[in-house]
Amino acid sequence: MGLCNGRLRAIFQAGSVSVFVNLLFLALISAGCQGSEAPEAGQPRTLRIASTTSVENTGLLALLVEPFSKQYGVTIQVLAVGSGQALKLAANGDVDMVITHDPDAERAFIEQGHGLFAVEVMYNDFVLVGPAEDPAGVRGAPSAAEALARVASRESQFISRGDRSGTHLKELSLWKANGVSPGGAWYVEAGQGQRLTLEMADQKGAYVLVDRATYEVAKKKLKIVLMYENKTELHNPYSAMVVSSEKHPEANVPDGMAFIGWLLSSSGRKTIGEFRADGAVLFTPVGR
Amino acid sequence: MVAEGLQEGFGLLFGLDPDVWSAVRVSLMVSSISTAVAAALAFPVALGVGLWSFPGRGVVESLLNTMMALPTVVVGLVVYGLISRSGPLGEFGILYTPTAMVVGQAVLAFPLMAALGVASLRQVDRRVRETTLAMGGGEFRAAVEVAWEGRVALLSALVAGFGRVFAEVGVSMMLGGSIRGYTRNIPTGIAFETGRGEFARGVALGVVLLTVALAVNLALQIWRPRRES
Repeated sequence: MGLCNGRLRAIFQAGSVSVFVNLLFLALISAGCQGSEAPEAGQPRTLRIASTTSVENTGLLALLVEPFSKQYGVTIQVLAVGSGQALKLAANGDVDMVITHDPDAERAFIEQGHGLFAVEVMYNDFVLVGPAEDPAGVRGAPSAAEALARVASRESQFISRGDRSGTHLKELSLWKANGVSPGGAWYVEAGQGQRLTLEMADQKGAYVLVDRATYEVAKKKLKIVLMYENKTELHNPYSAMVVSSEKHPEANVPDGMAFIGWLLSSSGRKTIGEFRADGAVLFTPVGR
Repeated sequence: MVAEGLQEGFGLLFGLDPDVWSAVRVSLMVSSISTAVAAALAFPVALGVGLWSFPGRGVVESLLNTMMALPTVVVGLVVYGLISRSGPLGEFGILYTPTAMVVGQAVLAFPLMAALGVASLRQVDRRVRETTLAMGGGEFRAAVEVAWEGRVALLSALVAGFGRVFAEVGVSMMLGGSIRGYTRNIPTGIAFETGRGEFARGVALGVVLLTVALAVNLALQIWRPRRES
């Protein structure tokens, strides 16, 4: 495995190659590693993935896992946790790969040597949702940071994940961008997963930042409505990373690589792109 | 929502939903093994503390009583720290397996069953032990006699321990990871359904949990020895 790791690192640290060349190499190499490093036939293999909740809870991950699991004969075990916790579990060596949506934390994870590289597999965007009466006058705000600044200045209730998940860190970066340090009775830190945080905002008639997938799935049950969206500004990339076998020798690196390869394959990307909830697109595969 | 959940609960249970049956199986298997393990450790301790006086007995009792209040997530966290790959017992690789859940649940049930065990053995007539000793039976023989005499109360301690672990979420979530078809039991299944906004399905699983608990308790009730009058 050392050889494979070395080759991969060399390629992915070159940095100048385009994403697509990267993907191509990854697919080839993961196939190569898979072939040369495959354990003896008949031995049951398990790939343990810590995934951000939105990918698991929407049902997408189950759709992606099943065909791969059949084709490769690998049992896949999914732990649905926030991005922060997923990376922590991986750093402790308790999972083989992660699917997260927090670019900064992913970078730190790689720099600390816990993972070899992060591959963006799909994306969507965050949306700001709030009560239809819009007490903070957020509608028509020129930017998400400005929208949040209006919520803060009117002290309208805002529900934050408060759990260092990808969504929470995105929210914090938006507060930072407008120089507001949120706090006070209007700023509620829920400490819940995405769907329950959204539910809390709905029950309280509060503003909340949420990923598109969770919002679209829940939409028809909600009273709060879409307030602000901007696909570029609130871009939300989901990346997959396999832990480094140098740090974590027990990790199932070959199957992790193969799964990433499968996610990026045409059938993987087709599954992601065609996934719908009530007709709404939830995730877009990379390269579209 | 609750009515909807009740209806759906019976539908899930008797409609042979594979996810539900898998959760029922995991719940029953893990919780019965962990209760048995906890009983094997807790009842001898209860006999020791209940029958013999020794220095520090009061401290042990207070400790057991305090540990009854241990939050499940704390047990989960501590055991996670021990069996994580980066922990001292990491090499065994048992994290996120049913085995890890058994360990955590046994730790959780132990103080409860020991403390209830002490209380139930105190109820046993002191003459049982004294007579056995006077008739030439040793301390071990006397302890067995006392345990037999207090078996109904010990069974209640067993049932209480089972109830505690069968319904808990924290340990199962942290150590089992709620992996579908593998470590997802009924309580973590409820947490999963709630977390994705499927509240009615969550209530339905709650109904399943209660139904299974009722079945277990009825079975124990029938098996329970009648108190001789």
